[in-house]
Amino acid sequence: MIDSVKSFLGWFFVTGDPMIYGADASIALVSIGIVAVLTYFKKWKWLWNEWLTTVDHKKIGIMYIIAALLMLFRGGMDALMMRAQLTLPNMHFLDAEHYNQVFTTHGTIMIIFVAMPFIFGLMNIAVPLQIGARDVAYPFLNALSFWLFFFGAMLFNLSFVIGGSPDAGWSSYAPYAGAEMNPGVGQNYYLIGVQISGIGSLATGINFLVTILKMRAPGMTLFKMPMFTWSILITSVIVVFAFPAFTVALALMTIDRLFGAHFFTIAAGGSPMLWANLFWFWGHPEVYIVLLPVFGIFSEVIATFAHKTLFGYAVMVWSMVAISVLSFITWLHHFFTMGNTAPVNAFFSISTMLIAIPTGVKIFNWLFTLNKGRIQFTTPMLWALAFIPNFTIGGVTGVMLAMAPADYQYHNSYFLVAHFHSTLIAGTVFGIFCGLHYWWPKMFGYMLDEVKGKWSFWIFMISFNICFMPMYFLGLMGMTRRMYTYPAGLGWTPINVVMSIGAAGMGIGFALMAYNIVWSAVRGKKDTTGDPWNGRTLEWATASPAAEYNFAHIPEIKSRDAFAAMKEARAAGHAETVPPYKAIHMPNNTGIPVIMSAFMFIAGFGFVFEWYWMGIPGLIGVVACMIARSFVYDDHHYIPVEKVKQTEAATGRLS
Amino acid sequence: MKQLKILVKPVFLLLAVPVLTMLAGCSDKIAVLNPQGPVARSQYHLIIWSLIMMSIVLAIVLILFIYVLARFGRKNSGGYDPKDTGNRKLEIVWMIVPVIICILLAVPTVKTLFELNHPPKATAVAAKSAEKTLTIDVTSVQWKWLFRYPDQRIETVNYVVIPAGTPVKFRLHAYDAMNAFWVPELGGQQYTMTDMPMKLWLQADKPGTYQGRSSNYSGKGFAHMTFKVMARSATDFDNWVRDVKNNEPALTHEKYMKLLKPNTVKPQAFASYPEIVAKDYNKAQMDAYMNGESVGNDSMHGMDMSDDSGEGGKSND
Repeated sequence: MIDSVKSFLGWFFVTGDPMIYGADASIALVSIGIVAVLTYFKKWKWLWNEWLTTVDHKKIGIMYIIAALLMLFRGGMDALMMRAQLTLPNMHFLDAEHYNQVFTTHGTIMIIFVAMPFIFGLMNIAVPLQIGARDVAYPFLNALSFWLFFFGAMLFNLSFVIGGSPDAGWSSYAPYAGAEMNPGVGQNYYLIGVQISGIGSLATGINFLVTILKMRAPGMTLFKMPMFTWSILITSVIVVFAFPAFTVALALMTIDRLFGAHFFTIAAGGSPMLWANLFWFWGHPEVYIVLLPVFGIFSEVIATFAHKTLFGYAVMVWSMVAISVLSFITWLHHFFTMGNTAPVNAFFSISTMLIAIPTGVKIFNWLFTLNKGRIQFTTPMLWALAFIPNFTIGGVTGVMLAMAPADYQYHNSYFLVAHFHSTLIAGTVFGIFCGLHYWWPKMFGYMLDEVKGKWSFWIFMISFNICFMPMYFLGLMGMTRRMYTYPAGLGWTPINVVMSIGAAGMGIGFALMAYNIVWSAVRGKKDTTGDPWNGRTLEWATASPAAEYNFAHIPEIKSRDAFAAMKEARAAGHAETVPPYKAIHMPNNTGIPVIMSAFMFIAGFGFVFEWYWMGIPGLIGVVACMIARSFVYDDHHYIPVEKVKQTEAATGRLS
Repeated sequence: MKQLKILVKPVFLLLAVPVLTMLAGCSDKIAVLNPQGPVARSQYHLIIWSLIMMSIVLAIVLILFIYVLARFGRKNSGGYDPKDTGNRKLEIVWMIVPVIICILLAVPTVKTLFELNHPPKATAVAAKSAEKTLTIDVTSVQWKWLFRYPDQRIETVNYVVIPAGTPVKFRLHAYDAMNAFWVPELGGQQYTMTDMPMKLWLQADKPGTYQGRSSNYSGKGFAHMTFKVMARSATDFDNWVRDVKNNEPALTHEKYMKLLKPNTVKPQAFASYPEIVAKDYNKAQMDAYMNGESVGNDSMHGMDMSDDSGEGGKSND
């Protein structure tokens, strides 16, 4: 009996590696610490009422960003571990199996649990404010999306200490990821964790599509929307079309692994290439799901700090539309070398190159927004400016990769790795850091420190170049991705050393940013105006942080850059009449999203281990929550006029 | 001062482009930029052409970038014009220029794509033991490479000998996981798959040894999945074949089954191989065969992409 318990525990928990034990201990300590602090300060009720049950888009956005920052820390640690292992040839810091798990979780976490939720967080905060709405179209669904993402991410991360991490790469190619060559629970964690959070992503796409189409303030026609809102509208459309393919692919592979089907196996007519097609049919649009929103952020920030309207607004919109359409017809360029005929490769080569045209147009429009501007070098502006040259490098190497015969030499090499980090870091990561600094005062009511912000920017950005520019050469020298070690004497060593130094520098830059966040929370300059940057769009027209209802009066929109126009009108002495307040209709908080997602987590954990006694009741719990929700009739309330008056007076807007 | 700081990096990048071109010229460590055969050379030309075009694009962006920052990044710089919100003519210009660049890149891309379907031109007299072209069947197994010479009826593991100046057709198969067959100095890669035989034409200009490796992750031993490609003169190749036939052991069925287990092994050669090797079974088919079940029906083959028509796969069934 005791032996069987022992052997179960040895299989259930990941054992044998001191680093894992260290992680076990720190996870236990942090958990105990959180529980102790919440209990000591009697904060459980506050946590439940203010955060866990909230449907307020601003709070959900903040939770997204906190979770994404934590995941960024974990994904970054994975990256540093990989760089440590590859610094010198024949290192034994990590063994092959551990390294394979680390690069798999690094990729999956960075894309699915950092880039997307960070962007979802920023859009939750900014979009309803930018369009003058009081919340998103479906506040309940919004909370559910967040909690599904959160519990999906937690399930995925659990693999690190319980059962073992996935190790087939973030692209999880069949047949290697199938049950035959990859037994154990690691791949199940990947499939189910990503699936759960993917359902949330799909719901977010639908939610913001409807929000932007239906809830804009009166007068804000589509072509008067802020560029960030435009980028989210287009991104939402991509999400709605791309994610179902991924959902299906994950489900099919789950059925393969758990129930012995043969969609992607070697045996019984399964087609491994089908996985590659389905995965990238989602995977390539996914790239634009995490890029278009940051294009939107850069558009806002560059216009704000150049003190000009965005140059070529209509062209900016149409180029994003063009990118979104093209993003669905380029997926095959991820496997030019998988035996396609010349005509097929030719088609996808050209379709991929075409994306460079609208993207190039956008770059020039940003440059011409700066032209004849009055450029102000704030921290968010530095991130936006650094994006232009760095992302262009990622863009031009992307065109080089698009040329199929040349791609035969780049594919799966570090040239490719360098390219997608050039785009994803100089694009997405610079973009989310830019947005974080830009909207921080709107989220919390105080500024992040500029001096520390600039230091972290310079350290991170320079280190990024030290880390990833040499990587292009390493790829041309023949080093392939996902190698856990390499022999000496190939000329790869000096480049790897330089790259590891760069990676460490990026870690320092990020640590400094984290320090800045903590420092500013205590000493940061308060933003009492609601408009610390002299902004141009509506989110700056309300208090920082915005009241629960966002706007006491829904603004009337007459032009683009609505808030800039209002300020001009005010300066010109046009008196505004403040109409009387009305009671404001708002959704009620609800605990169902978090409980339902917790059931999803339980079900997911059960299916990971193929414990159907646990998985099926978990799913029943999910359904029970849906039924419970459908009987909730009391789901909204009115904020009385008195309360609105009080809140507005407190922010000094009622004079 | 701030403006100066802003300028540092773009200037650094401007310098990086000539450095890159210089490296392209002189280092033999950079395998892709050091082509040793006609296939790699045609890809190299494409790479250099795209590098030139892309450097121009990058230079234009950087020059504009530095100009606007230097001109409008100063405090009290004149020329502020908030009404400057668009210029149809300019926008059309920077729409058309990328279109032209895309065309300039697309034409050679498509041309090279179709060329690579066909064997390169032989540059040496064929070896006696080979035809004008040599065919080698390559199978990736976790974590090793098997090379079968169907005409010479010999087999090697983790190294392959080819006659220099002769086009070699590698027919690619996978036994279990997917891998990719890559010899950067001789030419770009192609995947090996379990249900879809593929082909890759390569040719070495002159005798020499070239490093090959798997470029698609396939599990624990993936990093060690390397092989040497040894190009020899025609006579040396003939001698080598004779030597293998006379001095190396035969590959028995038993030894073959051992090779198919997931592990890493040393380079080796075999004077002959049993019939089953030539069937190129994948793992599922082999399991069926060993269990005495029918092989063909149970595991349906996909397309055969190993012919030279360039017309696409023909069904294997």
